Amino acid sequence: MPWLSTLMAVPVLGAVGVSLVKSDKLAKQLALVVSLVVLALTVAVAVQFNPTSQTRFQFAEVHDWIPRFGVHYGVGVDGIALVLIALSAVLVPIVILASWHDADGTGGLGGGAGGTVEAVPGEGLKTEASRVPAPKRSVKTYFALLLVLEAMMIGVFAATDVFLFYVFFEAMLIPMYFMIGSYGGAQRSYAAVKFLLYSLFGGLLMLVAVIALYVVAQKNTFMFPELIGAVQDPATQKWLFAGFFIAFAVKAPLWPFHTWLPDAAAQAPAGAAVLLVGVLDKVGTYGMLRFCLELFPEASKFFTPLVIVLSVVGIVYGAIVAIGQTDMKRLIAYTSISHFGFIALGVFAMTRDGGTGATLYMVNHGFSTGALFLIAGFLIYRRGSSRIADYGGVQKVAPVLAGTFLIAGLSGLSLPGLSTFVSEFMVLLGTYERYAVAAIIGTTGVILAAVYILWMYQRTMTGPTNESITPMNLPDLNLRERFVIGPLVAVILILGFFPKPMLDVINPAVDKTLSSVGVEPFTPAVADKKGAGQ
Amino acid sequence: MKDTIQAPTIEYALLLPMLLVFGAAVVGVLVEAFAPRHLRKSIHMPLTLLSLLGAFVMTVLVARGGLPDAAAAMGAVAVDGPALFIWGIILILALVSTLLINDEEQFVAQAAAVPGSPDEEEAVLSGYAQTEVYPLLLFSVGGMLLFASANDLLVMFVGLEVMSLPLYLLCGLARRRRLLSQEASVKYFLLGSFSSAFFLYGMALIYGYAKSVDLAAINTALTAGGPETLLLIGTAMLGIGLFFKIGAAPFQAWKPDVYQGAPTAVTALMASTVLVAAFGAVLRVFWVALGGLQWNWEPIMWGVAIITMIVGAVLAITQTEIKRMLAYSSIAHAGFLLTGVVAIGTFEQNSQALSGILFYLAAYGFTTVGAFAVVTMVRDAGGEAGHLSRWAGLGKRSPVLAGIFAFFLLAFAGIPLTSGFFGKYAVFSAAVAGGALPLVVVGVVTSAIAAFFYVRVIVLMFFNEPSADGPSIAVPTVGTSAVVALAAAATVVLGVFPQPVLDLADQAASALFIR
Repeated sequence: MPWLSTLMAVPVLGAVGVSLVKSDKLAKQLALVVSLVVLALTVAVAVQFNPTSQTRFQFAEVHDWIPRFGVHYGVGVDGIALVLIALSAVLVPIVILASWHDADGTGGLGGGAGGTVEAVPGEGLKTEASRVPAPKRSVKTYFALLLVLEAMMIGVFAATDVFLFYVFFEAMLIPMYFMIGSYGGAQRSYAAVKFLLYSLFGGLLMLVAVIALYVVAQKNTFMFPELIGAVQDPATQKWLFAGFFIAFAVKAPLWPFHTWLPDAAAQAPAGAAVLLVGVLDKVGTYGMLRFCLELFPEASKFFTPLVIVLSVVGIVYGAIVAIGQTDMKRLIAYTSISHFGFIALGVFAMTRDGGTGATLYMVNHGFSTGALFLIAGFLIYRRGSSRIADYGGVQKVAPVLAGTFLIAGLSGLSLPGLSTFVSEFMVLLGTYERYAVAAIIGTTGVILAAVYILWMYQRTMTGPTNESITPMNLPDLNLRERFVIGPLVAVILILGFFPKPMLDVINPAVDKTLSSVGVEPFTPAVADKKGAGQ
Repeated sequence: MKDTIQAPTIEYALLLPMLLVFGAAVVGVLVEAFAPRHLRKSIHMPLTLLSLLGAFVMTVLVARGGLPDAAAAMGAVAVDGPALFIWGIILILALVSTLLINDEEQFVAQAAAVPGSPDEEEAVLSGYAQTEVYPLLLFSVGGMLLFASANDLLVMFVGLEVMSLPLYLLCGLARRRRLLSQEASVKYFLLGSFSSAFFLYGMALIYGYAKSVDLAAINTALTAGGPETLLLIGTAMLGIGLFFKIGAAPFQAWKPDVYQGAPTAVTALMASTVLVAAFGAVLRVFWVALGGLQWNWEPIMWGVAIITMIVGAVLAITQTEIKRMLAYSSIAHAGFLLTGVVAIGTFEQNSQALSGILFYLAAYGFTTVGAFAVVTMVRDAGGEAGHLSRWAGLGKRSPVLAGIFAFFLLAFAGIPLTSGFFGKYAVFSAAVAGGALPLVVVGVVTSAIAAFFYVRVIVLMFFNEPSADGPSIAVPTVGTSAVVALAAAATVVLGVFPQPVLDLADQAASALFIR
């Protein structure tokens, strides 16, 4: 059975179905069902996945697509791709459930699935809604776009053909562009255009590199496994690396290519922001790990000092700027820039701990930041404001909301026992093995994280309740919202205590990556050092 | 002398597509002269469509019958792979544009009536129609076929003129904003005449150098050597004439004015087919006749391509009129195509570049016709709602139409899974292989700039609220809907399964041009 193609086909067909059904409610339900089917299929794939297999890509399918250009429809997964696909498959149903009313534009805490306590608070919110009239948007389009995006997210991680990867890399901008631009906040069209143009510009530079790779490699194919080691000339490698890396650095985003992210994430509807920061941006760091390192190993080593410096600057800069934010969503976006610094650091440390830690970080960050964005989204949905100053003492009126916010936040600052701790620790460890100074400076990011998360929590959730907040206009999480946050909190806790199954899947893939990079001057030395230490 | 008069051999079978179009055009003139007014349109329409369709079928038949290895009609017309491919594109695009021209609202009732005069009012009231549009279109299409397949400069010039003169007239026939239309017509005519003069002068100088106007003979003469001055000045002048036709900077100034003023159906025809025909001619002149002079013209062509891309992309940003914006976009695309023209090298390299250009032309042509077809449908009281601000919120009023237009714009921008992406990819990859990497870098940077103004229109349509007195969407005629549907289908299919058309372009380009 072509598992991966099925994984992509189901959401695409689902999107068609969603756009065809009559009622909006039916469309939402259908979208949720489709995304759950995708999740079930992903679980089936994960169960069948053999981490110890010697084949590089499992579930591989290769068909000619455009023989004229040597382009294949080639998909397959290794451990790294699998966990990222799983991340997407888990997040999408959660996002669909969370966005249940985002596109309605009703402004009320309307009925919907699992609504239990809305009858009274609905009154209090009517006035809020009339203050910021939300125009009615097409609900069906929103959910159809979500499903199309899901198909493309799966495709971009599963692609084993460089050209196919590029196609998904660029094409996935379009649904996200429409989600931000049509359903976002007041500055949405500015944010959407900025997002699209930054990504497109990076992507087009990558296109030049993709073309040049094909011409230089002279293999008449874009299949990734065959292109490994095809470009030997160091100077050529450096140029091609630059083309790929800038695209990924814009996408991830690394400092100084990050300026689009706070705008896009702050203006996007909460659900789209989760997918944007949680999954789309991971394509950048995934691309660095998969394509930059393996296709251009010499250039990667050459540029490592530069990338490490950018990463460390990003870690510290993102954290400091996050502290200064007055808008919740922008704050979370800046924390992500800091976290992407960690991921890039792990990737370019080129150690096993670093690579595995970075991959795990991509997954964990998706869950913890996703939870933060969603809970912030629930708050904003209730009060119509994302300014931190508009809140205070929420703990007293909405204890569950505040509690889950705290857990998600603590995961964001890498508290031991929560998932991000494992990955952050591994990244820092992996980096320390080779770049001790970078690891030490990077560690300050952990301290700053405590400042920005706890301070935000303190300002919004604790202290005297803001006089404009009443249990009427800020009710606690309803059943639907609890179903949204529950799984995320569970995943954060489980991965915090039992990361081993994940690590077992990721480790062999990272080993294969590093061995094909051929980090000769480093790997044995590290192994020796470890051996000596034991 | 025994053989005083030798009848020229004409390969009628090969030339049949062209002859059919010209024949239908002549019949069209006779219809204008003899058929009663109320019948004319109902005769013209099937005549035009059938002749274009017939010509297309014949082109396919000729292509299937195998490519000839020598030029037809005593070496005047080269019916080779690229020519047949270009004929095919031109004929289909012309056929599609004809469906748009069928729209009553497009053309003036009586072109000779002074705008705003009682004469005009009378003409409108009595339901006159300039049905000459149809034969003019056929003549122009016939000229394009000849222009793109001419194997000597003189025939090429004849093709150029036969193509252009009817277009000058057609531009002046818009029903609304007639002064703008007439201004466009005069501008196009004057500038076009200048460029034709340059072409003619260049041809004369080249003749002085090579003692022949035959493309292959000119190439042979290059190896023999001769008065270089004549050759270089002649090349420059030929280049000016051709660059004018494709709208390459710095000869692009006419394009926005003409595209804006002309009836949109005619703009659709011009924007798609003229570019195709002109690139056929550009390739013939620079690759076949002047291929040996590559080292001399290549730097100039690099410069022209770079300026064209930059001018097209940057000036498009400042436009507030949809047709002008599409005109500048067309200029930028001409620049992208030129990167393929400079990618000349080995035989294999040339055929790859040629195939890329052919595919690009096909992809771009369809998208362009579709985009202009949508423009004809967005109307307000004064005719088409050209100003971009009038397009605000269109996505809310008519989501399907706006969605299709957005899709065309994304194709222009070269987003993957649209035809535009593979077109760009085919040309750029040929250019990289041909060593024009810096040109490609400029190409992608300008593509990013160009993406900005395409995306801006999408922002307007989808992310802005519609104004209360916004334009209405005309109920499309069957023809217009067919055009939009066909163009959208072509843009999708070429964007997802480009292989069959790429194969066709490869076959067409496999033997390059016959000399």
